[in-house]
Amino acid sequence: MRWIIYISQMLMPLTVFSVVMYGFLQNVNIYAAFVEGAKEGLETVVGILPTLIGLMCAVEVLRGSGVLEALCRLIEPLISVTGFPVEAVPLALMKAVSSSGATGLLLDIYNIFGPDSFTGRVASVMMGSTETIFYTMSVYFMSVGIKKTRYTLKGALIANLVGIICAYGVVLWVFGR
Amino acid sequence: MLNFIWGGMLILGIIWGLCSGKSAEITTSLLNGGKDAVNLAITMAGIISFWCGIMKIAEKGGIIKGIAKRLMPVMKFLFPQVPKNHKAMQYIATNLAANFLGLGWAATPAGLMAMKELQDLNKDKTIASRAMCMFMIINMSSVQLISVNIFAYRAQYLSQNPSEIILPSIIATCASTIAGIVAALIYERRFGK
Repeated sequence: MRWIIYISQMLMPLTVFSVVMYGFLQNVNIYAAFVEGAKEGLETVVGILPTLIGLMCAVEVLRGSGVLEALCRLIEPLISVTGFPVEAVPLALMKAVSSSGATGLLLDIYNIFGPDSFTGRVASVMMGSTETIFYTMSVYFMSVGIKKTRYTLKGALIANLVGIICAYGVVLWVFGR
Repeated sequence: MLNFIWGGMLILGIIWGLCSGKSAEITTSLLNGGKDAVNLAITMAGIISFWCGIMKIAEKGGIIKGIAKRLMPVMKFLFPQVPKNHKAMQYIATNLAANFLGLGWAATPAGLMAMKELQDLNKDKTIASRAMCMFMIINMSSVQLISVNIFAYRAQYLSQNPSEIILPSIIATCASTIAGIVAALIYERRFGK
């Protein structure tokens, strides 16, 4: 599936090209806008650094102490039939609860298996196709005082589950094991 | 929530490690975690700042509005209960367009405004309306063109080709969004009203 990888490589340069071109045509003061945005981006990175330090330390401790390994051994019999990478299961569960916690686990997977391993690729794709359901739901519904959310949670969980399965399927299809 | 998750990870990890005689490993982990995070932030600072700068140009050029406008026909199908020119429609479209571009700071305020407008249309103020359930499900599974964070993380951990997962990610997230919409439509029928 080389063409999928090829398009992936094209997307970022193409986006940058189209945006700059579009900015020109719309008479945007592009360089000033760029600098303004880059400054905001820098502030974002500095802003998330404390969270990142806290969570990466916590995940490293989980890894170093052997908890993660024990957890993976525990779920292995349940999951190994499907061929889904066992190490990505804690990530899938964590992603529904906490985005920063999931980032910590993702980086641990990159560290242990490498980003270009099968597990690393499934984890990468899964990060984009799943969402922090519980947090997002509580923020949005609480903001307007809704108590009964009816089928929202079920629908979002179905979407997440399909996202996880597709992450696995697509990586298997495009890259193989 | 993070109090329990973060605290739990540290406490469980330290107890487990001490019981299995891995105190040295834990010390190393505590020292390395912070160091890795700072190294990562340095890589991220370059990539994310650049990307945010590019996206600012798009934003100033009115691209969010442009995408939002294109979304309108689909929106009519997804939210038949909301009047066509209602403000809620604009906010929902803005939220989805900003999510598509990965502009979290533009997406959340628009999303919260959309909820407020939908609440105005809602008959029972404590129960979520159909439109709210649909909006939340789509919002939570929404498609993102390029997740630049993942790109930065992969680059930091020396991926041979950090961008190779972009299209696979788009495919997987489209599938999850479609599944969410189908689930919402089925539940709408079943729950009635």
